[in-house]
Amino acid sequence: MAILDTPRPAATALFAGLSLRTWKLLGLALTLVVACVLPFVITSYELLLVTQVIVYAIALLGLNILTGYNGQFSLGHGAFYAIGAYVTAILLDKTGIPYWATIPIAGVICLVVGFLFGLPSLRLEGHYLALATFALAVATPQLLKFKDFDFLTGGVQGIVITAPSSPGLPMRDDQWLYFFCLLWTIPLFVLAWNLLRGRTGRALVAIRDHPLAAATMGIDLARYKSITFGVSAMYTGIAGALGALLAQFVSPDSFDFFLSIRFLVGIVIGGLASMTGAFFGAVFIEFVPNLADYLSKAAPQAIYGIVLIGCMYLMPNGVMGLIRRLGRHLGRLVAR
Amino acid sequence: MQAFLHQVLSGIATGGIYASIALALVMIYQATNHVNFAQGEMATFSTYIAWKLIDIGFPYWIAFLITLVFAFAAGVAIERVIVRPFYKAPVLSVVAVFIGLLLIINALSGAFFSYTIKPFPSPFPTDAWYASPYLSSHEVGMIFVTLAVLAAVFAFFRFTPLGLAMRAAAENPVSSRLVGVRVGWMLALGWGLAGLIGAVAGMMTAPIVYLDPYMMFGILLYGFAGALLGGIDNAWGAVLGGFIVGVLQNLAGAYLVGTELMVTVALVIIIGILVVKPSGLFGRTIVTRV
Amino acid sequence: MSAILETRRLSASYGPTQVLHEIELEVPRGGIVTLLGANGAGKTTTLRALCNMMVRLSGEIHFDGKRIDNVATEDIVRLGIGHVPDGRGTFVSLSVEENLRLGAYTRRDKQVAEDFERIYGYFPRLRERRRQQAGTLSGGEQQMLAISRALMLRPKLLLLDEPSFGLAPLVVQEIFRILRTINQQEGVSMLLVEQNANIALDLADHAYLLETGRIMLNEPSASIRNNESVRRSYLGY
Repeated sequence: MAILDTPRPAATALFAGLSLRTWKLLGLALTLVVACVLPFVITSYELLLVTQVIVYAIALLGLNILTGYNGQFSLGHGAFYAIGAYVTAILLDKTGIPYWATIPIAGVICLVVGFLFGLPSLRLEGHYLALATFALAVATPQLLKFKDFDFLTGGVQGIVITAPSSPGLPMRDDQWLYFFCLLWTIPLFVLAWNLLRGRTGRALVAIRDHPLAAATMGIDLARYKSITFGVSAMYTGIAGALGALLAQFVSPDSFDFFLSIRFLVGIVIGGLASMTGAFFGAVFIEFVPNLADYLSKAAPQAIYGIVLIGCMYLMPNGVMGLIRRLGRHLGRLVAR
Repeated sequence: MQAFLHQVLSGIATGGIYASIALALVMIYQATNHVNFAQGEMATFSTYIAWKLIDIGFPYWIAFLITLVFAFAAGVAIERVIVRPFYKAPVLSVVAVFIGLLLIINALSGAFFSYTIKPFPSPFPTDAWYASPYLSSHEVGMIFVTLAVLAAVFAFFRFTPLGLAMRAAAENPVSSRLVGVRVGWMLALGWGLAGLIGAVAGMMTAPIVYLDPYMMFGILLYGFAGALLGGIDNAWGAVLGGFIVGVLQNLAGAYLVGTELMVTVALVIIIGILVVKPSGLFGRTIVTRV
Repeated sequence: MSAILETRRLSASYGPTQVLHEIELEVPRGGIVTLLGANGAGKTTTLRALCNMMVRLSGEIHFDGKRIDNVATEDIVRLGIGHVPDGRGTFVSLSVEENLRLGAYTRRDKQVAEDFERIYGYFPRLRERRRQQAGTLSGGEQQMLAISRALMLRPKLLLLDEPSFGLAPLVVQEIFRILRTINQQEGVSMLLVEQNANIALDLADHAYLLETGRIMLNEPSASIRNNESVRRSYLGY
């Protein structure tokens, strides 16, 4: 998958007087403006959905760093989402730590757990790792329900959280929560963007595509792979923590195996090794189950399955890959 | 002491199920170097077919046989239609396809047969002469049936020309073509056989754990743990590994962690093996040429 | 046709790289022909092309009166071509006997058992080791096994890819002696790819020289052996 070396129209090509880069920056600026205005023009329920999309996007970005860019398979990222969520819930339930401080704590804990899980996983490739993470995903609800941990996790009933309130700003609580999530999204995405465009990103992709060659060029596979696991877990854990604040509730059954599947579907359809793809994927996994549920209980799963197989067959690079391909064709037509 | 013996023997009974799934996984792995994540769902769906047949009124063993035929045909069809285009694809794509298959089949089970838990009959009457305080009659029957199926499969591979051709195709497809073996069909047959074995496992386990679309999730993992323990490239080892996992699981459940954490036990076994001895107890260490 | 195998303008490519350029060669019925050339000349590719394996080909291949360039490998074998690939291609985890039985996989007649005896007659060492795992055999024995497996097919034409590779000279001599016997007693035609020109020219009646995918020489073996300048410039001795 030579995703990072897709040929682009010449850097000096101009479209209607502006370079491609300028267009992209304009697009980004426009998106930000829309994002800031949005919560004030849509309903509460719609805002809830949009905020969830943002949270999922962070989770998908995390998974993509690991699987898309670094080629390490994870069918178990739901577990890290769960850990992040439960850390926030437990801290809010049992301690006086303010809600905004629980997020970085959740992130750090997931970073460490992810790193620790990544260490033995160094030996695992491809479907072995997939199976191990599959086992992790199936085991997670069981672990969360385990009676001996009840005092901490609230057992099957879970933990209820009170939503954070707007700190004196002229907006509702849910609007504040939306901006709070956005405030985390932006630096996380910028950080990832920086890492992935630079040496680190190239190292990750080298490890994904030609691990042996990468090692002989001096890239420390063990270090990179386990740290990547940790960072990936951190992103998803932060997403989980934010998600807990959003749902105001955590319980073991919300973090079952199918959550991990949804994340997988999200990055597949959004596009592996694509950052903007994370948003497309998030939109898909947020809205499809809601819509499909009307059809039947089995429908969301069937749709995920069909999407997975269909994408692998038709557009292995996901929506972003499709857009890039179209973009290249358009670029050749329009550029002068 | 009696309780311990009971746990061990019971573990052997469930181990037979894991051994069957382990064998199915290894068969496909040896032929294609891929792990069939959808193996469990295929077994579940086949078990639902059996349930429906019995529900309509077929006698148990007739339904059993019809289900085996169905499972075999379904396995062949899935390989030819869905899996075939992806053989040369990168691992990520293949795993995604298998997971997709898992989801679709699972959804079909739920859609056609609903998500309510169903009881599944056992053909072994509870008061049979072979029941004992150590093993229920169904557990005895289960061991017998799974051993019979495993023995039949081994005999097939060892003593028939077709079995030989399948082994050859799995080991060296290029040379197999040079002796006239139609490698593509051998793979399809392998999937058919794996599906058949899975169906037997499903029908044997359903009376104990009850039938619902998620029945085989955990069992798939135990089967995989067994295959890994024995060595994923070694059929005998996988079968033995399955039995060992069954016993370990029962003992762990009874004396260590309680029944709720059994999947976690499987997880620990899997990771443990992969870290300590990736080729399993009986597997060969694979040396990759650069 | 007196030739059992004939190619016309046969070209072959691996993906975008063309390796063979319109080669034309012929194997007479009952004859032994050798294809010589240095590493990378395209000899193995030629044999693969004849069996429609791994290459994209164009041009025509005529075998025993039929065109086979569009036929799948498994079916070409059933027409009577036995291919002993480079590297031998034995099924290493199967026993010697199982390897041989696979050679007879496509046969429906009842004479398979006596063919076992015949093969063991040519290669008694295989009889001794018949229950042994093929991967544990020595190089020479594996070569014998590979040839035997192809012979179990009762082929009309035998394709051999560098049978002398990696083997001690005495073993090579023994194997080639047996090949000559098989050719004389059973009339099996042979196309022999070899780097070792000396021993190949000993066995074969006719020789082709392949250089970067093109036929450079097309002569009876005797005339090549007697032509010193040809020998020196093309074959190095």
